[in-house]
Amino acid sequence: MTTPIIHHLTDDLLMAHASGSLPEAFGLVVATHVSLCDECRARLAGYEAVGGAVLEDADPGVAMAEDSLAATLRLIADMPEEARIAAPEPAAPVFPMPLRDYVGGDADTVQWRALGGGVRQAVLPTARDATVRLLYIPAGMAMPDHGHGGMELTLVLQGAFEDAGGRYGRGDVEVAGEDLDHTPVAAPGPDCICLAATDAPLKFHGLLPRLAQPFIGI
Amino acid sequence: MNERQATDTRWVTCVTRIRDERDQTAFARLFAHFAPRVKAFLMKSGADAALAEECAQEVMATVWRKAHLFDPERASVATWIFTIARNRRIDALRKQRHPEPEDLTWGPEHEPDQAETLALQQESEQLGRALQALPEAQRVLIERAYFGELSHREIAAETGLPLGTIKSRIRLALERLRQEMT
Repeated sequence: MTTPIIHHLTDDLLMAHASGSLPEAFGLVVATHVSLCDECRARLAGYEAVGGAVLEDADPGVAMAEDSLAATLRLIADMPEEARIAAPEPAAPVFPMPLRDYVGGDADTVQWRALGGGVRQAVLPTARDATVRLLYIPAGMAMPDHGHGGMELTLVLQGAFEDAGGRYGRGDVEVAGEDLDHTPVAAPGPDCICLAATDAPLKFHGLLPRLAQPFIGI
Repeated sequence: MNERQATDTRWVTCVTRIRDERDQTAFARLFAHFAPRVKAFLMKSGADAALAEECAQEVMATVWRKAHLFDPERASVATWIFTIARNRRIDALRKQRHPEPEDLTWGPEHEPDQAETLALQQESEQLGRALQALPEAQRVLIERAYFGELSHREIAAETGLPLGTIKSRIRLALERLRQEMT
């Protein structure tokens, strides 16, 4: 079900996802947000419609091989029938379907690694041009103060966090560029679980996190 | 059905016939129109002719297999086939997956609303005409983005295309779908 979402994806990100240009790690954050947000689902579909128009105009001077239709019908005959029964849904899942696909289950199946102070992370397997991780931040706990060498997308799945950009609850996504220095703090209430993607290592300002950085891989 | 409707919804009818009757004639008509376009799209995206032919066949086979997932109230057939071709391209050329949002499907008794379907198909065609009417440099930039030639940092979503109408219609379709789900 959808919850009221205040912080949405940018048009640039939605068009990049529609055209298939986003690194997989960012694509996972986009697909997970869109699963929770009908507004962005409709915007994404608009950009996919542009792709439909581009396909329609693609050079019709290209011809298929002579036996192509017959070969395709043979491909179809060899395919198993598509199962039309969906896998059983967990009741009220914390993670939408695309994220459960990458984790192999819902929030209770994540293989967390402790980062200290009760903060935990789990890096998810994607192509290496960007990375995506789940972060678990106990309520009231601050994440280390950090800036960015690249772009960072942070999507809240449980609880909430607050920083200079405002309050981010379930389904809200923060799009941070190179200029943003921020200190997110997990809000009181349920512990905060976020999905965060970056295309460059984060730069921590404090001495200790900087020393720890190579070890924790954040 | 008048002539105008025949143009706008003929591909929707083909997909419905494939879904309901496993109709090979309807598939052959879709194939003749879309397979060469998918192949051309893949070649412009950097695939050689042999790989593009192979992938275009797989894309069209997926159209057959997933015909029951096509929703004419939310996409034109060209748009739906574009998304299948895009995902195949990312898999074949970049060896990556394209994460897809959770599927939203209507209840089993849902029959697509004909007026909504027609309006969506017509708006998709208008979008195509608007694309062709753009100044060439602008149109080429959009095409390059969709052929996968631009990085996400090079993409500017300010396309100059009128996307508001189609977005609003899809948004309303999603609201009706959510109501039917509850």
